[in-house]
Amino acid sequence: MSGLRIFVPGDAAAVAVGADAVADAIRIAAERSGIQLDMVRNGSRGLHWLEPMVEAATTKGRIAYGPVSAADAADILKAAAADGGAHQRRLGSPEELPFLKKQTRLTFARCGIVDPRSLDDYRAHGGYKGLARALTMPAAAVIEEVTQSGLRGRGGAGFPTGIKWKTVADTAADQKYIICNADEGDSGTFADRMIIEGDPFVLIEGMTIAGIAVGATQGYVYIRSEYPHAVAVLTDAITAARESGMLGKGVAGSVHAFDLEVRVGAGAYVCGEETALLDSLEGKRGMVRAKPPLPAHRGLFGKPTVINNVLSLATVPVILEKGAAFYRDFGIGKSRGTMPIQLAGNIRYPGLYETAFGVTLGELVEDIGGGTATGRPARAVQVGGPLGAYFPRALFNVPFDYEAFAKADGLIGHGGIVVFDDTVDMAKQARFAMEFCAVESCGKCTPCRIGSTRGVEVIDRIIADRDRAANTALLEDLCHTMKFGSLCALGGFTPYPVMSALTHFPEDFGAPPRLRAAE
Amino acid sequence: MPSYASWDAETARAIIVDRRALPGALLPILQALQDEFGYIDREAEPLIADILNLSRAEVHGVLTFYHDFRQKPAGRHVLKLCRAESCQARGSDALGRHAAATLGIDFGGTTADGSVTLEPVYCLGLCSVSPAAMFDGKVVGRLDENKLDMLLAETNR
Ligand SMILES: Cc1cc2nc3c(=O)[nH]c(=O)nc-3n(C[C@H](O)[C@H](O)[C@H](O)COP(=O)(O)O)c2cc1C
Ligand code: SF4
Repeated sequence: MSGLRIFVPGDAAAVAVGADAVADAIRIAAERSGIQLDMVRNGSRGLHWLEPMVEAATTKGRIAYGPVSAADAADILKAAAADGGAHQRRLGSPEELPFLKKQTRLTFARCGIVDPRSLDDYRAHGGYKGLARALTMPAAAVIEEVTQSGLRGRGGAGFPTGIKWKTVADTAADQKYIICNADEGDSGTFADRMIIEGDPFVLIEGMTIAGIAVGATQGYVYIRSEYPHAVAVLTDAITAARESGMLGKGVAGSVHAFDLEVRVGAGAYVCGEETALLDSLEGKRGMVRAKPPLPAHRGLFGKPTVINNVLSLATVPVILEKGAAFYRDFGIGKSRGTMPIQLAGNIRYPGLYETAFGVTLGELVEDIGGGTATGRPARAVQVGGPLGAYFPRALFNVPFDYEAFAKADGLIGHGGIVVFDDTVDMAKQARFAMEFCAVESCGKCTPCRIGSTRGVEVIDRIIADRDRAANTALLEDLCHTMKFGSLCALGGFTPYPVMSALTHFPEDFGAPPRLRAAE
Repeated sequence: MPSYASWDAETARAIIVDRRALPGALLPILQALQDEFGYIDREAEPLIADILNLSRAEVHGVLTFYHDFRQKPAGRHVLKLCRAESCQARGSDALGRHAAATLGIDFGGTTADGSVTLEPVYCLGLCSVSPAAMFDGKVVGRLDENKLDMLLAETNR
C-alpha cells in the first residue's frame, strides 16, 4: 500500500459530469498538503445522480462522497484522509445505500469496485475463477452449463446463449469466431459501456470461455465509435491479458489459443443487428443478411460465428464459477438470472440497477427510480430502446420478464427504461420513431426504407389535424406492413413505439382518450 | 481543438498499406484516414480501391453508408448533441433549437467562419446524465442552456 487509496470514476458518464476535473483537483490538493495519494480511476457504481462519486478506502471499508465538484476536492480529500471523516457530501458506505443494497449484482459484481486496468485486482476479486473451472471441464459440459443456467441473449432477442454456442460447436470448420456485440445503440442503455469501462476483464474472460467451448481461436469486440472511453479501457485490458498469458497461445497455461481484437463502428445503428455487424466487420456497408444461413453456421468471413451481446458474455464467468443452478435460481418463468436494468430519461435516480427478473415496471420507475426528476407525474415509459413500446401508467404492473413484456405488446430489449413526464407529446414521440427508422434503415426492404418516411408524413398530417381518422387508419396499415414485410427488427419493430403511442395515448393524436378503467 | 494534417497522398498511401492485411481492412483504413486528415479526401477513394483491389464504387458505397465519415473537413470545433429519446425526455429538443439559433445553422451545418459544426448524434450512452453532448470528442452531461452557451463561447477562440 502506498498512500491514501481514492477512487474517482473514469466511467464516461462520471467524466461527462466532471470526474476528470475532480481527479485533477484531488491530485493537486494532495500535493499541496503532502498527502501520499494512490488514485484509482474505477468504473461507476451506477448511482449516476451521485456522480462524480468519490470513494476512499478506510479502516471501515470504502466510504463514498458525492456528487463531488472540483471545488469540493480539497475538503473531501481532507475528510477522506481522516479515515473517511465527515463532510456534507459524505454518503457513508456505498454498499449500504439503498439503491445499491437492494440490487443483486452478478454480472456487475465488480463494476465500480476494482481498478479496471488491473488484472491483479480482477483476480483478487474473484476474476478468472470461471475460466479456471471451465478448463477442467469438457467443452460440451461448459456449453451445457450455460444452457442450464437459462441465460438468454441480453442484446434484445433473448435467444438462449447455450443453444447458440452448441450450434457453433457442432459445426465443423477450420476457423471459428467469437464476436462481442458492443454496438449498444439503444437510447436509454449504457450497461455494455459501463461494464467495459468498469470491469473489462469479465468480458475478456467470458469471450475466452466461449472460444474454448466452441473451438474458436479469434474474437472481435465491435464497439460503437460513440464510446471512446470503452475502446481505450478494453484495448488496455486486452494488452494486459495478453502480456500475462491470459490471451494468445496457451491461454492460462492450457493448450487452447484465443486472442481478441477491438474493432470500432462508424455510426450506424443498424450495425448492431448481428448480420449487418458481420458485413461491417468484413469492411462492407452494414447491410442486413437474410437468414438462413445463421451466423452460427456461416458468419464472419463465412465461418461459424458466435455473436453475443456484451452482457451475455460478461455473465458467463459467474455462471461457470458458481454453477448453472446458482444463476438459474434467480428470476421468474423463462427469464432466469438477473438483468442489468438501466434507468434513464426523466427519472430522479438514474443509473444501473441489476436485479432478478420479476420486478415490475412500476417498482422500477416509482420506488427504485424515485419518479421523475422534474417532480411531475410519469406519463410514459419507453422500454427496450427506439424499437421498444411506450407504456402508460396503467401497465406499470407488468413484471420485467421477456414473455410478460411480449404479452403486453412490448419488449425488454437490452433493458433500457426511459421515463417521460406529463409534458411529453406522444404523437411527437411516434413521429421520432419513424424518423429514426428512416435515418438508420439499411435500405434493403421497401417497407422499412419507404414506409418509415411515409410514416413521418402521415403522422405530420395527423398532428396538423388533416383528415385524422383516415390518416390514423393509414398509419395502422403502414405499421402492419412494416411489421410483417421487414427483414430485421429495425423495420419490423418500429411499429412498437408507434402503435403503443397510438393505442395508449390516443388523445395526443386528436382522438378521445382511452378508458383506463377498462384495463 | 482537434488538429489534423492537410491531405497528402503519400501519407494516405502509407496508412492504407499499413492496414491492408487486416481482415476487413476497409473500415479501419477509413477511420485511420479520418483520424489523420479529419475527413476522407476524394483522392483517397481510388487509392484505397487500388490497394485493396476493390472497385471505386465499393469504396464510395462504404464511405457514404456510415454516418461517421466526412467527405469534407468539419469546422474547427464539432458539437454533437444527442437527439435520442432519453435526452428528449430531459429537454434536448429545446437545447438543439437553442444551439442552432445561436450558431445560425441547422443540424449538419457548419458556421460560415468555419468555427463550428453542429451534428446530431443518436445516443452517447450517457442517458443517465441526459441531456448529453460530445464537444471535440469530450463528453458532456447534464447539459443545460448555460453549459451549452459556455461550450459555444469556446468555439469563438
Ligand atoms: C436494428 C438492430 C439493432 C441491434 N443492435 C444491437 C446492439 O446494439 N447490441 C446487441 O447486442 N444486439 C443488438 N441487436 C440484436 C442482435 O441482432 C443480436 O440479436 C444480438 O447481438 C445477439 O446477442 P445475444 O444473443 O447475446 O443477445 C440489434 C438488432 C437489430 C435488429
Ligand atoms: S428492416 Fe430496414 S434495416 Fe432491417 S433489413 Fe430491412 S431495410 Fe434493412
